[in-house]
Amino acid sequence: MSRGLGRGGAGAERRRSRSTARDIERYAALFAQRTKVMKSSAMRDLMALTERDDVISLAGGLPDTSTFPPDSYASLMSTVAAESCARALQYGPTEGLALVKRCIAQVMATEGMELPEDEVLVTTGGQQVIDLVCKTLLDPGDVVVTEAPTYPGAVPTFCAYQAEVVQVRMDRDGMRIDELEQALEELERAGRRPKFIYTVPNFHNPAGVTMSLERRRQLVRIAGERELLVLEDNPYGLLRYEGDPLPPLRSLDDEFVIYASTFSKILSPGVRLGWTTAPAPVLAKMNIGKQGSDLCSSSISQYFVAAYFDSGPWGDYVRSLIEIYRRRRDVMLDALAEHFPREADWTHPQGGLFIWATLPDYIDTTDLLARALEDHVAFVPGRAAFVDGRGGSSMRLNFSGVSEDEIREGIRRLGEVVREQVALYGTLTGSGRESVRRPAAPPPPATSLPEAPPPPGPPAEAELAKVLRLPRQRAG
Amino acid sequence: MSTPDGTRAARNRDAGRRAGGWRVVVLKGGRSLERQVSLKSAARVEDALERLGHEVVAIDVGADLVGMLSDAQPDVAFVALHGRDGEDGTVQELLEVMGIPYTGSGVSACIRAADKVLAKHAMRDRGLPTPDFYAFNETAFKELGAAQALPAIEQRLQFPIVVKPARQGSALGIKFARTPDDVPAALVAAFSYDRKVLLERHVTGRELAVSIIEQDGRAGSLPIVEAVPVQEDFYDFEARYEIGRTRFECPAALPGEAAARAGELALEVYRLLGCSGFARVDMMLEEASGELYVLEANPIPGLTETSLLPQAAEAAGIGFDELIDRILAAAHER
Repeated sequence: MSRGLGRGGAGAERRRSRSTARDIERYAALFAQRTKVMKSSAMRDLMALTERDDVISLAGGLPDTSTFPPDSYASLMSTVAAESCARALQYGPTEGLALVKRCIAQVMATEGMELPEDEVLVTTGGQQVIDLVCKTLLDPGDVVVTEAPTYPGAVPTFCAYQAEVVQVRMDRDGMRIDELEQALEELERAGRRPKFIYTVPNFHNPAGVTMSLERRRQLVRIAGERELLVLEDNPYGLLRYEGDPLPPLRSLDDEFVIYASTFSKILSPGVRLGWTTAPAPVLAKMNIGKQGSDLCSSSISQYFVAAYFDSGPWGDYVRSLIEIYRRRRDVMLDALAEHFPREADWTHPQGGLFIWATLPDYIDTTDLLARALEDHVAFVPGRAAFVDGRGGSSMRLNFSGVSEDEIREGIRRLGEVVREQVALYGTLTGSGRESVRRPAAPPPPATSLPEAPPPPGPPAEAELAKVLRLPRQRAG
Repeated sequence: MSTPDGTRAARNRDAGRRAGGWRVVVLKGGRSLERQVSLKSAARVEDALERLGHEVVAIDVGADLVGMLSDAQPDVAFVALHGRDGEDGTVQELLEVMGIPYTGSGVSACIRAADKVLAKHAMRDRGLPTPDFYAFNETAFKELGAAQALPAIEQRLQFPIVVKPARQGSALGIKFARTPDDVPAALVAAFSYDRKVLLERHVTGRELAVSIIEQDGRAGSLPIVEAVPVQEDFYDFEARYEIGRTRFECPAALPGEAAARAGELALEVYRLLGCSGFARVDMMLEEASGELYVLEANPIPGLTETSLLPQAAEAAGIGFDELIDRILAAAHER
């Protein structure tokens, strides 16, 4: 636990950073409308407790940077200093340095995409892409469609731009396209047109599922027909532990897909470098948006990344990460099977960093976190991934940033707490103490990710046909 | 409450006075779920104490608390902790042992007030109005079949029923059960925070917070703050600490004698539980009957930007620094 020992003398500096009730009032008149929807949450207060040293935190979303050899880091930095000191310390072009774009082209090629240099914008992490897309596309009240659950880190961005977020349920094949179409229909009837659909097709954060090829094709088809943009966020695509890679949406359609990726998971989140490619007019606006945000991403980081790609096959490190994370994922899946009650349900991610577990709907995972912290284990409560209060019985579990032993112990403790609550509920409802061994299957939890439904029969196809006949909205 | 004379703390206190200010340890943080709130409260308290000319030593409460207190040799401890350990008498007991005067209520008052069940029993025994309730330990359900008594409880309390952990501040774990089907899950949630929970009759009406501070050994109530939720259907943990989620009115516009009655009732509860220094008593003004019902007393109410006691003090013309000064002075007077 950290400990502050502040003496009187250092106070003046700190005082300026704090505010009194009157100060808040004074500043409140100056706050923009959008800050009224920027939430700091109780959950965040609880999450602060998960960072204690004595807590096994499955709540993080961190890659394991301890696997990067310090010697390599030192030698790369020396190379940057020796060969590019003045340029590394200088501003760079907003769209990014050519030498880092060449690295990006290599990564994109590995994902099955060709990317000419003039079609890429180097960003400050993948997160900046989300921000720039919102900045470029959204007026207050505009609709963004996302998956349910969605990446918790995108929610504050959407909120800051005063977007209305419509969440479409997922199953084990990713976003339910039938429900997407339904949602789009409803929006259209209400005279509202969403600006973009945000999706993480590979190893979803937090859901841990991957969008099927069929759904990918459907999604880009819908985007094209309705002239909506799709923001494809693909930070984890190369971290695949099993199965064959699926084509990115961007490779299926380059007219309506904005693509975002990052060096965070294949090299380091500390370099804060990501990239985006988008239809040319959109990319041009995003470039202007980025100028206003930070002029350019760190030149030091860009030279570091370029030196790293020059130093040897970058894929070796990714492969070493894949080995480590695959084992950790397997350990977590085994531990879940061993320690979680049968009433619980969880995803089997083929890659990425997260497993999404869903408990019976009578367990509130925000309250459960308070109980779990007593036993020194933490996770992210599912509500963080929804804008509408759903997800109350789900949790996100991270396996990439924790050792195998900690995963085993963490899941064991968590399983105990969950079993305790399941048993207590059984006692309270008279459904039996040993509810863990209840023979009948429980009803599916509210936010679980069910198997994909069978292909639509004739009636559903008739519905689809109506959608297909919608007139295109392009003028001229 | 007495502090042994001739202790090191007492000697230092004299030294501090000569220098014009005291050496004050601000106890904050800890492992409570309200850690973040405590850190916010403490940050403001530290600033105020410095402005008042005191020497401030902030301690994030942990395993070496006793050692750090010994090293700091404070004249007085300002307890800016909320929730477990800090508000339930634990830290107060340690401060008693070490002979360090401290702000706020003593050990026994903290024990009584921090536990809603103890506090409500005390109120009921004294004839002070508090909503009807039933409280159980987890073992009552696990070992004694208390679940079978739920229908009878539900019939007596009528829906909606509020389910709460006995010891947890800041509305964490408080659930509304609207139907019998909601009750088991609400109990499971409440048991996440404590081994003892209560089921309480829901009082529909206005939520009032009556803050109390002492001056020259006399406790007095401050203007009443009314918490008006802006959107949520229940005044929850989120809203309590965020600007813009709850509208606060101070002084609350209350009909007739209600304000005076609320102030008196809060003082009665304050004395009944044996509080000292300051406290906040939360109550409901029932819409249908016009009656007041006390929900709980907080021995260490929040002191953040959005907290109710500082707002009430401001409404009474008592600025934050003066408030802190009075709370500190009360620690010395007893």
